Amino acid sequence: MSRRLAKLFHGRPRLQVGALLAGPASWLVVGYLGSLALLLIASLWSVNAVSGELVKDFSFENFEALFDEPVYRTIIGRTVLIAALVTLTDAMLAFPIAFYMAKVASRRAKAALVVAVLIPLWSSYLVKVLSWRNMIGGGGLIDWALEPLGLDGPGFGNVAVWLVMSYLWLPYMILPIFAGLERIPDSLISASEDLGAKPFTTFRRVILPLSFPAVVAGSIFTFALTLGDYITPRLVSNNQFIGNVVFNNISNNLPFAAALALVPIVVMVGYLLVARKLGAFEHI
Amino acid sequence: MRLSRRSTILLRVAVGAGLAFIYIPLLVLGIYAFNSSRILEWPPPGLTFEWFPKAIESTARDAFWTSIKVGVAATAIALLLGTLASLAVARHRFFGRETISFLVVLPIALPGIVTGVALNNTFTQVFGIDLSLFTVIVAHATFCIVVVYNNSIARLRRMSSSFEEASADLGATTWQTFRFVTLPNMRSALGAGGLLAFGLSFDEIIVTTFTIGAGEQTLPYWIFSNLFRAQERPIVNAVAVLVVLISIVPVYLAYRLTREDAGDGVDAEATAVP
Amino acid sequence: MRTRQENPARTAWIIVGGLLAAMVLLAGCGSSNDESTSGNELQKLGKGEGSLNLINWAGYVEPEWTKPFEQKTGCKVSPKVAGTSDEMVQLMRTGEYDGVSASGNATARLVEGGDVDPVNVSLVPNYKTVFSDLKNQPYNTFDGKPYGIPHGRGANLLMWNSDLVTPAPKSWNVTLDPKVASKNKGKISQYDDPMSIAEAAVYLKMHNPDLGIEDPYELNEEQFEAAVQLMKEQRSLVGEYWSEAEKQISSFASGDIQVGTTWQYQYFLLKGEGKPVAASPASQGFLPEEGATGWSDTWMISSEAAHPNCMYMWMNWIIEPKANAQVAEYFGEAPAQELACEQTENPNFCTEYHAEEPNFWKRVYYWKTPLADCGNGSEDCKDYNDWVQAWTSIKG
Repeated sequence: MSRRLAKLFHGRPRLQVGALLAGPASWLVVGYLGSLALLLIASLWSVNAVSGELVKDFSFENFEALFDEPVYRTIIGRTVLIAALVTLTDAMLAFPIAFYMAKVASRRAKAALVVAVLIPLWSSYLVKVLSWRNMIGGGGLIDWALEPLGLDGPGFGNVAVWLVMSYLWLPYMILPIFAGLERIPDSLISASEDLGAKPFTTFRRVILPLSFPAVVAGSIFTFALTLGDYITPRLVSNNQFIGNVVFNNISNNLPFAAALALVPIVVMVGYLLVARKLGAFEHI
Repeated sequence: MRLSRRSTILLRVAVGAGLAFIYIPLLVLGIYAFNSSRILEWPPPGLTFEWFPKAIESTARDAFWTSIKVGVAATAIALLLGTLASLAVARHRFFGRETISFLVVLPIALPGIVTGVALNNTFTQVFGIDLSLFTVIVAHATFCIVVVYNNSIARLRRMSSSFEEASADLGATTWQTFRFVTLPNMRSALGAGGLLAFGLSFDEIIVTTFTIGAGEQTLPYWIFSNLFRAQERPIVNAVAVLVVLISIVPVYLAYRLTREDAGDGVDAEATAVP
Repeated sequence: MRTRQENPARTAWIIVGGLLAAMVLLAGCGSSNDESTSGNELQKLGKGEGSLNLINWAGYVEPEWTKPFEQKTGCKVSPKVAGTSDEMVQLMRTGEYDGVSASGNATARLVEGGDVDPVNVSLVPNYKTVFSDLKNQPYNTFDGKPYGIPHGRGANLLMWNSDLVTPAPKSWNVTLDPKVASKNKGKISQYDDPMSIAEAAVYLKMHNPDLGIEDPYELNEEQFEAAVQLMKEQRSLVGEYWSEAEKQISSFASGDIQVGTTWQYQYFLLKGEGKPVAASPASQGFLPEEGATGWSDTWMISSEAAHPNCMYMWMNWIIEPKANAQVAEYFGEAPAQELACEQTENPNFCTEYHAEEPNFWKRVYYWKTPLADCGNGSEDCKDYNDWVQAWTSIKG
């Protein structure tokens, strides 16, 4: 039986491709993309305020509402800004660690560091946020540590969200940069040094440009994960992010929630296209 | 790379600070798990072991096993689909090849709430099926595919296809080549991918909230339900600590698996997340 | 040769794309899935099905009265606590629950959406002795048919930390009047729900009579803008918006919050832990001078209930005199069952909670779904969607 199948596929690469792709393609394209497309369509509908039934007449009123009411621009702006800040922060925090792991640490230290970076990934997201909520809240660790210095903790709010998100997504930035740096052959660096470059120049003109795509790859996750999160803003701030408003509107006004959800979709698709151009997809 | 002594020290300090940043909240969490009072204040008034047995006996245990079931099923599906897709992309040229990489990343790059709402909408409105563990598994598999795909494609790209061609020249069928040549070499990449996929599924909360049935609970869902209940809080902390401790095993396994093939040092690409 | 190799793949993509388009068309143009049921009430009570899935407010389904129920009927209860009416409506719409303890701002939506069935009160013997001013109310009776069994009623409380907030407040101005509330800046706790706009309307009804607010849920443009403006001014003073009762409890306990709107559930739990909290005393009728928003909750049965017999048994049990007395005393609200007053541990409970005084409840404005129909002939009141949008703007 398997010989028969093998004969069928042999020499017919396109059939092989077809068979290989049938599963994933149907799942992803029909199942996932289809669901997204449905959501898109839903954004053009509206809802009966009392019964909650979908009114399937097409109109742009949801998008008009998004543009007219200034609060939505504030919320989108806030979310995108924090996402960008978190990405920058994580890039700056991750690079030294990844660099040390890739180029300076001994074999054993490197292995230990990889494990050390991976373990927090496996700790529950919720519990990590809760731990931060405890630390930031009144009487928590941060207030207690800053007290002798006479300073106040940041309290709940945008700063807290930025801190916690930077914390949560840091491993997602470290690992791709680490992988990217490892791929830079040591011979290139030695060559640069042999040609008389100081370490900083080597770093600036050889290492940084070569590892940039990896940084972009990591940034995809820090940006995307921040853009859509609603649990962290809810737990450590009173401010609304895109995810919160979508979540609040899903039950009684799905079309409006869908319209707002389109914003991060558009942003991320754009971001992904740019990232692909920059070569980041080789590094995910 | 040769660095000045000063640079090396600065670098070490930066790494130390980074690791401290990563681990302090976890340590605080660990300490709270032994907190004798139910109210969270720093420093904790006393220490006790009582929460751990309570954690093991609580409903968290059912939630834990549900999470395991979902994770295993989702990982299995992701392994299958991810491997198929990576084989197609790495070994063949065809129309739409670039798009596959893009498509595969989407479920993870788009906000969880978007994926959750979209899938929920499709399940309940289009297919008219009830939410259940099955729908959760489907949802999880969708964003786990990319992890397996990335790991196996990295491996396939490094593996030259000359082995497979040699095997074919020696008279093996496609299936035999796959089974005896390709698969063994991919084993560790698949293992690492599978473990990372499992980790993703195990910790996922947002998509799960939208696709889970009424009576079921995964562990993150359980944690979320009990997050603010003052009586349950210390137990939640204890559960969290237990999860971290248990997870050290698969993390170590993943690391060992990726070392195996690379021989020397850690295979950085295979650990690439997510 | 090259083109021939690419074509089959292209064909495959086209097929997949076609499947996709078909699915989208099917969903987009098909008729709506949720058809309203014709409102069938159960005709005859059968045997219990062995389990029961409920959606309820915190503190409504406690072991004290749930365990005896399970023993008596064999119906194992699985409660799901929800923090807001919106959550309850959303959960009910999934059709996976048997019943819900709905407040007035959920009942109309559930009935309109076909998510609940009318209740055949002849199958609920204890209903006969429910307080008469809880029957046939606009929030539990639709089209002349009863749609649920009353659980109890209460008012939203003003709670404060008695050590930190002095003198004891007698009015909502400590959270709503910017001049007075600024003393509690950053320490105010407000319920995270569009219904909170009604609290501002209740306040303005007394302090800004020119607006002519009668019913805090029926607000025209001018009245609505005024209430929304007040809540916007409150925003900068709010320490937290809560929807999980437990979240508010932990904030009061840790001192992050010192005053705010709450339910009896949190108040009694905090008192039980020995925390220095206080609320408007019985001498003031448990209410600040303006009155308060409140609720009168109704147990409703899902139109897709998988365990209707168990649900009817539950509805009868919850207004069983002993059980309803336990319910009322545990939570701290007025019971729905007349005969419960003889069963309370505190013999003066019903008197203290004004259970038998219809006039008292005139100062409590039960939660209600805002509709465009103002009830006095005009149709220019703000509806629920407006309230939700406004609430998003208020929180910023």
